Amino acid sequence: MMHKPVTASEKSKPLADLTKCRDILAKYTSATSADLIPILQQIQDAYGYLPQNVLEEITARVRIPLSKIYGVITFYSQFSLEPRGKHTIKVCVGTACHIKGAPDIKKKITEVLHIQEGETTKDYKFTYEPVACLGTCFLAPVMMVNERYYGKLTTEKTEQILKSY
Amino acid sequence: MVSLLIDGKKVEAEPSQTILQAAQKLGIHIPTLCHDPRLAPSGACRMCVVEVEGARPLVASCATPVSEGMKVSTRSESVTRARKLNLELIWSDHPNDCLTCDKTGECQLQNFMYEYEVKTSRFVEQNPPPRPDDSNPGIYRDMNKCILCGKCVRICDEVQDQHIWAFSNRGMQTSIATAFEKPLKDAGCVFCGHCVSVCPVGALMDKPAAKKGRPWETKKVRTVCCYCGVGCSLLLHVKGGEILKVTADVYSPPNYGSLCVKGRYGYEFYKSPDRLTSPLIRDRIDQPFREASWDEAINLVARKFMEIKREYGSDAFGCLSSSRGTNEENFLAQKFARAVMGTNNMDNCARVCHAPSVTGLRASLGSGAATNSLADIEGAEVLIVSGSNTTEAHPVAALKIKKAVRQNGARLIVIDPREIELVQYATVWLRLKPGTNVALINGLLHVILKEGLENEEFIRQRTENIDMLQQVVAQYTPERTEEITGVPQKDIVRAARIYAGTKKGMIVYGLGMTEHKAGSHGVMSLANLALITGNVGRPNTGINPLRGQNNVQGSCDMGALPDVYTCYQKVDDPVANKKFSEAWGCPLPEKPGLKEPQMYREALAGKLKAMYIIGYDPASTQANINHVRSAMKKLDFLVVQELFMTETAKLAHVILPAGCFFEKDGTFTNAERRVRRLNQAIPLPKGTKHDWEIICLIASAMGYSMQYRHPSEIMDEIAKLTPEFAGIDFKRLEGDGLVWPVWDKNHPGTPILHQDTFTRGKGRLNDLLYTPSEELPDSDYPLYLTTGRRLYHYNNGSMSLRNPEIYSISSEEFMEIHPDEAERLGIETGDTVRVRSRRGSLEVKANVTAKSRPGCVFLSFHFPETPTNVLTGPGEDLLALTPEYKVCAVKVEKI
Ligand code: SF4
Ligand code: SF4
Ligand code: SF4
Ligand code: FES
Ligand code: FES
Repeated sequence: MMHKPVTASEKSKPLADLTKCRDILAKYTSATSADLIPILQQIQDAYGYLPQNVLEEITARVRIPLSKIYGVITFYSQFSLEPRGKHTIKVCVGTACHIKGAPDIKKKITEVLHIQEGETTKDYKFTYEPVACLGTCFLAPVMMVNERYYGKLTTEKTEQILKSY
Repeated sequence: MVSLLIDGKKVEAEPSQTILQAAQKLGIHIPTLCHDPRLAPSGACRMCVVEVEGARPLVASCATPVSEGMKVSTRSESVTRARKLNLELIWSDHPNDCLTCDKTGECQLQNFMYEYEVKTSRFVEQNPPPRPDDSNPGIYRDMNKCILCGKCVRICDEVQDQHIWAFSNRGMQTSIATAFEKPLKDAGCVFCGHCVSVCPVGALMDKPAAKKGRPWETKKVRTVCCYCGVGCSLLLHVKGGEILKVTADVYSPPNYGSLCVKGRYGYEFYKSPDRLTSPLIRDRIDQPFREASWDEAINLVARKFMEIKREYGSDAFGCLSSSRGTNEENFLAQKFARAVMGTNNMDNCARVCHAPSVTGLRASLGSGAATNSLADIEGAEVLIVSGSNTTEAHPVAALKIKKAVRQNGARLIVIDPREIELVQYATVWLRLKPGTNVALINGLLHVILKEGLENEEFIRQRTENIDMLQQVVAQYTPERTEEITGVPQKDIVRAARIYAGTKKGMIVYGLGMTEHKAGSHGVMSLANLALITGNVGRPNTGINPLRGQNNVQGSCDMGALPDVYTCYQKVDDPVANKKFSEAWGCPLPEKPGLKEPQMYREALAGKLKAMYIIGYDPASTQANINHVRSAMKKLDFLVVQELFMTETAKLAHVILPAGCFFEKDGTFTNAERRVRRLNQAIPLPKGTKHDWEIICLIASAMGYSMQYRHPSEIMDEIAKLTPEFAGIDFKRLEGDGLVWPVWDKNHPGTPILHQDTFTRGKGRLNDLLYTPSEELPDSDYPLYLTTGRRLYHYNNGSMSLRNPEIYSISSEEFMEIHPDEAERLGIETGDTVRVRSRRGSLEVKANVTAKSRPGCVFLSFHFPETPTNVLTGPGEDLLALTPEYKVCAVKVEKI
């Protein structure tokens, strides 16, 4: 319901282009709530994150209220509402890695990329986040870039790896 | 029925009922935190657990159905242990803020901690701090106090159907959030306050009441909402002469706990510093007002009225009363006009909204009232909603429509040029050109008759004039109807088949039907639809006008009309005339009087010299107000009774300050004919008087004694003179009131009219040709202008704009215009435009939206800065003279 229409100048965030979203939605002629998560995954793959105006487009199509879509997105850690970098760096902060020097590795990443945990570089190349034990403690300290594991890290090795992307 | 034992007591229950419901039957108390009778059970809080013999784990009684031979214990040791543990867990994550929390005293968590003697929690050393958020209008939030019962989420989903809240995040971080944590205003919230009303703790509360008092300090006064015709039952929470908040009783009709933003948060106007608190008088309207004593003002009014009557005759006087005044006040106003002034020049503001309903329904059925109750909407299989933006104008009635569609599978046919919210719920949307109602309905009738879908037996036994109707509608083939109305043929056929195919078809309509040149005709057409399909006289059927103001029904029932006394007894019927003359001890005029628009014409012609206007602001709400204002300026004497300095009051010679509906006793009659009491909750402001008292004072000063000690005595007089009200008195109206006709003191009231026979005998099928609107767009004024209401405000805004919470949500008008037109005119949302008609012009900001039909613009008339009625205009209903607000021609340009 409208209380006060939003004028173009008041729309603060830049709007994401809806073409990709429409292409994805075109595959679902009669979408139901069961399709929501697959749709969100494809949107996230296509845009790198879930832009708000794209979600507003989805809510009209799948007839699921925006609040509920937001609830789903915040429930699953795989989804992000902020633009993400092309590559995701996950640094293990589990006990084994911590003991074997993860704090130094983290310092190095911040030094090289100028971002803290949870942030994305300005050029949207990297998003950097801490994770709990990756289950490869024998390789500690460990980090992942996208799907690839890098073990027995040193600060030098870390810098090299980051530069290789 | 199954029978079971609860705590050793035997009880019978329906198999669909829950253990909780069965226990309630026995008066056994089971604590609940997430249960509400209006919501589907969720089993979230597990506070209501009970032990069922033979079942291992404890079960949630609110979500477990009863079964034969069940043995339930609601108080066993394991039950108590589980509840205590539950409370301890909740408390471990809850601020320890009871000492300063506004909810203290009616907080369910606190009450249960008391009941189960849980003093603290072993799971926490330090409770979290409160986290107050008062950034939203009306609604105060503290998410640290949320116990995640989910009731706010569910009621917004299931009752309001607005879906604003959801659970967000997971684990310990779980909370209740709007999409993207947006402020409620931007999240689509309509501020109905349902979520606040169900929150068991202090997580959601009414902001205006914050820090003003605890629940046990307030007196709870039952009354009726003063805004729209739904007539919601309200509970006012009053402390020291101040209303702290408004709630509603879950068990009281017609709203069963629901309210809209106006009912819930529209109550603060009464304490506005703008209230008039002294009579104001002046000799000429170019002079400033001066304050006068009540004696001086009353004597002045009495003397002037007598002079005018003596010099120019009784018919030089006209009286207008208000559809927001009580029944008693409207009764006295017409008694004053007739018995004291000796004229039938009496009208009320129903003239500008539902007078065509009275005319049209009387011609068709014999009674101008809604045939069925609002509750019937929920059980209808097919609903036609025509010319009613129900979600904004009658929000609580709209909840029933939504429920019928979403939960009960009803099919909805929306007839409206605008893409109103209900279109989302519609099976068929007939987007007609404004003003073509009669043609469209004739098209529907055509299809029904041509395809043989009519109810022949009903037509034969209970109606007349089918032959003529058949001849007339034969011309309205789907092709021709599409040509006139712009509605695709296939939709016309589809809608006709859907409506004719049910025995539970209900028609609900609003001002989009009546405010046309052919308004009364439109109403008769709808009645034709109901009659030829036999959809009338039974539950979940009928034809039901949604009355605009809360007492439109009542003000007309009370005879505040030029041609009738109470309940439509005709002034020119010798029997009725004699009855009233005898009762009032004076001869009464037989000639029907002037309708409101005729009064302005007569005033301009110099024949009407004085008017007495009670609680009505035609200088801003009538059509073509420049004309109305000139007429008022010509009067020798204008008396206005008001709360605020309205546009009409500004033209008065005498202003008499009156009390508002929180400040008085009396009765209102809602859209379903339910007569219900309002009860004085707060004292009259110093310097003001009740409307009924003022009328009595003037009459008495004129030598006609009018003496009542209390409005109940006025009702007794009404009951004596009105067969339909014979069984009504204030005592009997306590509680939920009575639905008239109430023929005697033992009669229970009549929720459904015309069950065996119509009030007029046979139902009349009126054969009607389509009459185009008075003023259609042309090359000079190429766009249609339609006017109407917005959710947040009411009519001239004199009350609704003076509620700070509501004002902070909506404080200015935006003209709706379709993107095609906007593009052509180079208009973007937020631009200021000039709107011009043949009668006037104004400036307003634009809102570019596809909600508007191409070729049409829409404006409300709530904001004094946007005096929409300078534009509206020349058309009026052929029979009732109601202005054609829904159609006039304008041009729009960007400035
Ligand atoms: S006020 Fe009404 S619409 Fe707004 S969130 Fe609460 S229940 Fe929903
Ligand atoms: S805000 Fe209130 S109603 Fe909503 S989940 Fe929390 S405690 Fe329940
Ligand atoms: S729906 Fe009408 S009567 Fe009910 S609260 Fe809203 S304005 Fe008042
Ligand atoms: S602690 Fe790092 S992989 Fe297990
Ligand atoms: S009241 Fe039954 S689970 Fe909450």
